[in-house]
Order: sequence, then C-alpha cells, then structure tokens
Amino acid sequence: MTAEENKNDQWELWEVFLQGKTGEAHIHAGSLRAADKEMALQNARDVYSRREKFENIWVVKSKDIIASTQKDNDSFFGTVEDKIYRHPQFYKLPDGMKNEFKK
Amino acid sequence: MNLKNKNVVDYLLQLGDDRLILGHRLSEWCGHAPILEEDIALANIAQDCLGQATFFLNAAAEEIGNGKTTDDLAYLRNPNQFKNLLIMELPKGDFAFTIFRQFLVDNYTFLLYQQLQNSKHNQIANIAQKSLKEVKYHLRHSSEWVLRLGDGTEISHEKSQNALNELWAYTNELFNENEIEKKLAEENIAIESFKLKNEWLDKVTQHLKTATLKILENKEENIFNGRSGKHTEHLDHLLSEMQIVVRAYPGAKW
Amino acid sequence: MPENNIVLEKEFEKRLIQQEKIEPRDWMPEKYRNQLIRLISQHAHSEIIGMLPEGNWITRAPSLRRKIALLAKVQDEAGHGLYLYCAAETLGTTREEMFDQLHEGKAKYSSIFNYPTLTWADIGMIGWLVDGAAIINQTTMARCSYGPYSRSLLRICKEENFHKIQGMEIVGVLCSGTKEQREMAQESFNRWWWPTLMMFGPHDSNSPNSGELLKWKIKMKSNDELRQRFIDITVEQAKVFGLEIPDPNLNYNQKTGKWDTGEINWEEFYNVINGNGLCNKERLGARKNAHFGNSWVRDAATTYENKKNNLKAA
Repeated sequence: MTAEENKNDQWELWEVFLQGKTGEAHIHAGSLRAADKEMALQNARDVYSRREKFENIWVVKSKDIIASTQKDNDSFFGTVEDKIYRHPQFYKLPDGMKNEFKK
Repeated sequence: MNLKNKNVVDYLLQLGDDRLILGHRLSEWCGHAPILEEDIALANIAQDCLGQATFFLNAAAEEIGNGKTTDDLAYLRNPNQFKNLLIMELPKGDFAFTIFRQFLVDNYTFLLYQQLQNSKHNQIANIAQKSLKEVKYHLRHSSEWVLRLGDGTEISHEKSQNALNELWAYTNELFNENEIEKKLAEENIAIESFKLKNEWLDKVTQHLKTATLKILENKEENIFNGRSGKHTEHLDHLLSEMQIVVRAYPGAKW
Repeated sequence: MPENNIVLEKEFEKRLIQQEKIEPRDWMPEKYRNQLIRLISQHAHSEIIGMLPEGNWITRAPSLRRKIALLAKVQDEAGHGLYLYCAAETLGTTREEMFDQLHEGKAKYSSIFNYPTLTWADIGMIGWLVDGAAIINQTTMARCSYGPYSRSLLRICKEENFHKIQGMEIVGVLCSGTKEQREMAQESFNRWWWPTLMMFGPHDSNSPNSGELLKWKIKMKSNDELRQRFIDITVEQAKVFGLEIPDPNLNYNQKTGKWDTGEINWEEFYNVINGNGLCNKERLGARKNAHFGNSWVRDAATTYENKKNNLKAA
C-alpha cells in the first residue's frame, strides 16, 4: 500500500452532534470515521447512543467545520465583557415602575 | 405437557434458537472487525439478537414450568434439541459472508416479526413488536453494506457473489412447511413461514440486483431441516464451546 | 529556541497554572504535543488490544446475561479506543499513522493485556482489578490539561464503572459459590494481582518523564501514588470477597495508614513490555489480521462512495 492510499484507509473523520430532546440544542458528542453519509449516521447511532435515548443526530465532516483559533480570541472576544450596556442590568427603571412585560 | 403447550414451546425454541445461534456467531467478530466503528455496530446487533433469544427462551422456560430456566435451555440442551435454521449456525466466514447472511436473515426476520406482532400468544406478540424495532435497524445496516460490498471493488464483488452463492442454498429452509407452525397458525399463534417467501424473494432479489449481484437458481427440493434437530457439524462445535463452563461444573451458579 | 517560542511557552505555562484547558488549535510546545500523542495513542492501543483477552470468553460466558454483558463491555473498549484515537487525531496525527506504529511494533500498550485469560474467573478479575486500576488512573487523568483527552476520559470513566461492577459481581458469585468456584477465583486472583500492580508503571524514582508530564498536567499523580491508592482500596475489597492476597509481605503500616506490599517483579514487567509475554505475538497478530485481513472491506466502501459521487457529478 502506498502512503497516499494508506492516508484514507480508515475513511473520513466526522463530528457527531446529538439532540437529547425536542427543543434542545444539538451538543457535540465526539467524532468517528465513516465512508459515506449513511454510514456516518449509523456509526453515530451505534457509537454515541448506546446508553441514552436521543431525539436527533447530526453528522458533519470534520473538515467542513470552520473554527476560530486562540489567536483570534483577543480581537473576537477581548472587550465584550466591557459592553455592559448590552445587558438589562445596565439600565434603571424609574422608582415605582414594575417590569412586567417579561411575564 | 399437553400437545398445544408442547407446540408452543417448540415454536418459542425455534424463534429463540435462531437468534441465539446467530447472535453467538456475530459476537465472534468482537475485536476482529474491519474497523472500530463496525466492531461496535456488529456488537450492537449481536446484543440485540442475544436479547431477543433471551426473551423467547424465557417464554419457553415459563411454558415448560417445573423450574426450567432460560439458561437451562441455552446451556443444557444437546445439538439435536436445537431448532434453529442451518443458515444461523454456519461459521462466520469473512465479512462478506457475515453481511450477506445478516441481509438474508434480516429480511426474513423482519417479515416474520411483522406478522408475529399480531400473534394471539401475548408474549410472542410483545417480543415481536419490541424486536421489530431492532430488526429494522439491522436490515438498514446490512442492506447498506450489501451495496457497498456488491458494487464496491472487484475483490469485494467477487467475495460477495461467493458468499451469496454459498448462502443461497440454505435459504429454502427458511420457508419449509412445518407441522408446528401449521397447527399454531390455525390458532393465530404462529404464522406459516412459507407464506413469507414471495415477499422475501422480491425484496431480496431487487436489492441484490441493485448491488450488481446474481442469484443462483435454487432447486426446490430441500433436505435441510434444522427445525427438527438435524444440524451440521458446526452447531456441535459451537455448542461445545458455548456450554463448556456450565457443563464442566454441574449445578454451579454463575 | 526562537525568542517568539519562549514567550509563547511562558504564556502556555501561565494558562496551565490558571487551570485553563488547551484546545487543538491553540499554540503548544512541540514536546507537549508529542508527549500527548504518545500517551493518548498508547492508551488507545491498550483499549483495542484489551478487547482480545476478554473477547476470548464471549463465546464461553456461562449464562446469557453474562454473555450479553461481556459483549457490551468489550464493545465499550472498542468505543474507548475510538474516542482516544479521535482525541489524538486533534494533535495532527492520524488513526492510520497510529495503527502503523502499533502494527510495526513501535507503539506500546498496557502490558497487562499480554497475559492469557485461562478461566471464567479471569473475566471477573479483569473487570474488578484491571478496570479498577484503569478507573483510578483515568479519573485523575480526566483533569488533565488537554481538552479533547480530558473530554474523552470523562466519557470513558462514565462507561467504565459498569465494567468494574460487572467484574466484581462475577467475582462475588464465584467466591460465594462451590468449593471449585472459590478455588477458581483464588487461582485467578493469584495470577492477576501482581500484573495489575505493574499497570501503574515503574516506581517514581525510575520514571524518567514524570517531572515534565506533571508540570504540563498530562500526568496528574505519580505512579506510586496511584498504585498505593489502588492497593489500599483493593486489599479491603479482597477481604470482603474472602480472597487471600498472594503477597507474604503484605502488611498494614500503622504509621502511614496504608498497606505496604512486597517488591514487584520488575524483570517480568520489562520482559512483557518488551514483547516476551505469553500473548504478545498473539495479541498483535489478531489486531493485524483484523486490520490487514479486512482492508478489502474498507476499500470497497471507499470505492463505492467514489462511484456514487462520480455518478452524481456526471
């Protein structure tokens, strides 16, 4: 076997996301190898749902995920905590005013 | 035991033994599959089969009464008392053999359990209903692999065709007419498996064709009869291994 | 070292002190990366080689309940191997490369799996002792600094608990069974006790990488610390089972409140690690058979997928 052939000997890497109940977000469960979409879905079911009941599975090829890096962190998130005006606690209601809309 | 009871027991043993022996064969892959993911997948299917076997044998033990246990039935019967179809006991072979056996059997089991959900025998109906969910998945798993192997590489195609040819000779037995089934079918407890044959053949043929595989003509006469306890040598070896600990220490609990 | 790297390494170490986890795309020292690859892949290999001694008994398990449980347990080991290979892959290696290393005999795996499983009691002992030791190791390692490794260990620890309890149940049943069963349990215990103690690795004084690994939090406690914890727990459990520890020098140390044991046979340890155990060749041979003997299956799936995609493109 050549090195090139050997490279994909174990198929492609996929990421698995599981939804526990309807209405909940999908959460990353882990990764696996599969040769095609249907196999990825079945493998996700077989590998990651052996002990709990789930509502739904997403699989996506790992190489299709775009991720930020730690280098991005300063410019992405560095000052976000300073922007307190984005939170309701920043504002004051007049005395005696009740905040009832939320109900 | 009255006759009706004996027929029900025998029928439950048929159903249970099929799953026990197949599950045992599948479990032999554990640690030796083509890729880790598939190791896990096959072990899941094997657990399902063994779970179903446990349900059926448990029901049989209850019908027999007299303190007979599920494990007595699995571990203390002789090969000629086992009622599984021969296709279940054949050695696991290569991955193609295992997949094509699963595919042929999954299609059969699917049709069978679909009918047995309506059995007048409560336990049979319940087990069939529950197990059908699992078998649906098994069928999905094996069907996909049939396409990948049949229509994959030249090598996989050849191995698939060889496996299919070898297995095909054992498929007539799935639909043998059988006195017990006939009697219990009259009471809506069992279904006569020969009635499943056409639908099975249609489904299987179509899918195998998609997988670019050919089906051999089967001779209609069939000399195989695992249901009556006539087995290949393979079952003897399988059981000697399976039962060795229990037989070596009579009376011990594990 | 380029100056830039010195700065980065300082920052990296600061993050570790602040209990931060390191994630795949973060900067890390090359040595940290390589040590992790070595560690995680060894762990992964141990899981999948570890399937074999127990898998050996699936077809002989003495009840349907035991058979299904053992199958589920060995299946879990495949899952653990899988999680760990995936964790290692985030560091830039591939499962293919790690398999090559294993198959060529260049990678190590836990020496315990080169011992044979000879009786049904061995299945109980492996669950109780080997998985027990692994749990002690892995629960401390789950706090390690590398995110993907820590996450897979958390998942593994959750599953591993069932392994230990099912093993202890088997041992319990044997120890309260017939005379022959009790003897089977003791004989098996005698064989597994020492190799299990070896699982924690050489004494701290003899463990060259430990300092750095501890600093980088890819080792959380020393070999001897973990071993001692295992001994203290297991000695008490053995008493409950009514099993005798095969160590004439075992002695409760009033001063430390811990159990002292006799010396481990390190010659045996290194012998087995270096390939001379009873089952080294067989275990690796079985893995190679599964891998190389089934490469046509993996090829078929790849080829079939390519065919489908080409049809779509045409």
